[in-house]
Amino acid sequence: MGIFKKKVQPLYFRPSDASVAQAFKNGNAMTKLSFFVCGLGNIANKQLVRGLIFLALEIGYFAYLFSFGIGALGDFITLGTVEQGQVFNEALGIYEYSAGDDSMLCLLYGVITLALTAAIIFVGCMSGKSAYCTQFRKEKGMDVPSFKDDIRSLKEENLHAFLLAVPIIGILCFTVVPLVFMILIAFTSYDHDHQPPGNLFTWVGLANFKSMFSQGSKLASTFWPVLSWTLIWAVVATVSCYILGLLLALLINRKGTRAKGFWRFMFVLSVAVPQFVTLLSMRTIFNANGPVNVLLREIGMIGATESIPFFTDPLYAKITIICINIWIGVPFTMLSTTGILQNIPAELYEAAKIDGASAPTIFRKITLPYMLFVMTPNLITSFTGNINNFNVIFLLSGGGPDSLDYYYAGKTDLLVTWLYRLTITQKDYNLGAVIGILVFIILATVSLITYRRTGSYKDEGAFQ
Amino acid sequence: MKAKRIITNTVCHVLLAILSVIWVLPIFYVVLTSFRAESGSYKSYIWPRGFTFDNYINLFHGNSNIDFSRWFMNTFVIAIFSTILSAFFVLCVSYVMSRLRFKMRKSFMNIALVLGMFPGFMSMIAVYYILKGLGLLETGVLKQVALVLVYSGGAGLGFYMAKGFFDTIPKTIDEAAYIDGATKWDTFIRITIPLSKPIITYTLITAFMGPWVDYIFAKVIMGEERPYYTIAIGLWTMLEKEFVEYYYTQFYAGCVVISIPIAILFLLTQKCYVEGVSGAVKG
Repeated sequence: MGIFKKKVQPLYFRPSDASVAQAFKNGNAMTKLSFFVCGLGNIANKQLVRGLIFLALEIGYFAYLFSFGIGALGDFITLGTVEQGQVFNEALGIYEYSAGDDSMLCLLYGVITLALTAAIIFVGCMSGKSAYCTQFRKEKGMDVPSFKDDIRSLKEENLHAFLLAVPIIGILCFTVVPLVFMILIAFTSYDHDHQPPGNLFTWVGLANFKSMFSQGSKLASTFWPVLSWTLIWAVVATVSCYILGLLLALLINRKGTRAKGFWRFMFVLSVAVPQFVTLLSMRTIFNANGPVNVLLREIGMIGATESIPFFTDPLYAKITIICINIWIGVPFTMLSTTGILQNIPAELYEAAKIDGASAPTIFRKITLPYMLFVMTPNLITSFTGNINNFNVIFLLSGGGPDSLDYYYAGKTDLLVTWLYRLTITQKDYNLGAVIGILVFIILATVSLITYRRTGSYKDEGAFQ
Repeated sequence: MKAKRIITNTVCHVLLAILSVIWVLPIFYVVLTSFRAESGSYKSYIWPRGFTFDNYINLFHGNSNIDFSRWFMNTFVIAIFSTILSAFFVLCVSYVMSRLRFKMRKSFMNIALVLGMFPGFMSMIAVYYILKGLGLLETGVLKQVALVLVYSGGAGLGFYMAKGFFDTIPKTIDEAAYIDGATKWDTFIRITIPLSKPIITYTLITAFMGPWVDYIFAKVIMGEERPYYTIAIGLWTMLEKEFVEYYYTQFYAGCVVISIPIAILFLLTQKCYVEGVSGAVKG
């Protein structure tokens, strides 16, 4: 066993093999110091390049901190103190603006400084671990890897770090930092009255959440209807597209159906067209003077000057949008279910037929449970996708018809399109951020609960 | 019994025919209107009084406001660059998640799942200000660079599909390579990548289609700089009140022009998708 273990021991002792706490506890003074003076342990043990890189990172951070970072952190706490003022310029006879603090930038730089601080703490830990493993190797009498070995290790033991570095930087810059920033905005008073650089905004704690939920406020009386429409929409859109798509796939895959490829092609055609093209043309097709109304006028269902308010009446608008969404979604479901339908064991059907089951019973007792079992994860994704289905609503109705009872929302607005309006049109960034957080909470709970309850999670082998 | 079967079959075929008419009619209408000779927007009739090819010709001789060919090129260039970047990101991340084992692996995958639950453009405002802070919103060309970064920056999070594919490549192939002295890097470049053509094509095409169909990010970043628009916001602009009367038929011509390549690409992805789902190495 002892010999075997020696063989398994990697030739190159990775810092990640020891935890940070272990490294700190077992390390000698030099190693412990390396947590604070990055690269010290490496430099002392002749790993000059590695040590210097650590050191350079730390020096760079502190240079940033003292030149800019401390100020940024201070501003982050206050979000700016000097308001932009107006000074009357006698000579020119106009008001001139004196520079004030920009709360927006204070917040942004604060977040960036915090992110950099987190990064330097990470570097410190890495440096300590690296010093510890060098110390460990020295004590064991193994040779200390040179910088060349470090580079080589990127192709082998540390390939994950090498491959992940750039994508993770991308994710941090374009997803994580912006997200943290927006979450913080939910706790400020950054609304249309507090627009930097002209005005300052400050931290207000949970006030935005309170006003969103407080009884009788205009916000609350917008939030609840919009939320319920969002949920109704998500459920109806998901279920209708799924069931109808499944039925369509069954219809095409029936034994008796001829020219299966042709029928499939007819439906796939609409999927292949880019979605915004479909949506924009649907919007014109259902316009008050669009071809559908023209057609109805010609066949005499409505008067020559009348038109059905497809997008201007709240109820009609909702129905129209759901129907158009079915038009868009059904072929998608048909495509994704066809393959799975063909995988249903034929014995199941034969047994059912022998027992004298009718077609609807077979669908209810065999096809649907099987499909639900296989596709629940898909259903959850499409449900969450529908809650966030910005394009369909925005490009079709734009959230309209607008309602005076609502706080800048229309009758068909989803939470996300309301978020868009609040931020882009209305400039109530704090409320937009609050809605974003609420959407996240809804999605997270829904997916966690449903996913844990599904058969495919509990019992992976049910149909195997 | 036979008569009953014939009846059901007929009913099914009639039903299919009706449904496919419903599904094809709007597309047919788009094509029809794109050839309509009469200008102006909504008409009180459906079948055009005359047909012409001018809508397509005029589309490519735009002015400074509506310049379809320029938008087309803009979108094409942006799509190429963001495809390269995001495919690189996706392949790296999914290979790491599928093949390499390291400490943070599980937590990274969970974080990716959680991040995916925030509404995509909630971060848009912040991204906008970060790009502004980086000085990337000064001129139109820089805005295009910014757009490429926005489309590809977070692409590493969408690794699930490709990871699932890599998971199906038997580990024994990798191990054979290790025994022959290959590093993990060699295995990635020389073995995994060549075995993964369907999923690479799939990743490339989906990334390529992104900029053609995205409306919202492009709109926020480009603002009013019409010459630098991408196709999606360009077409939307054609339907704005000031343009719709003149550009209505050209809008439909534009839709047709754009739909054809995208449709072909989409049908390609379907093929790759099926191959990708069914796994890499067939027994």
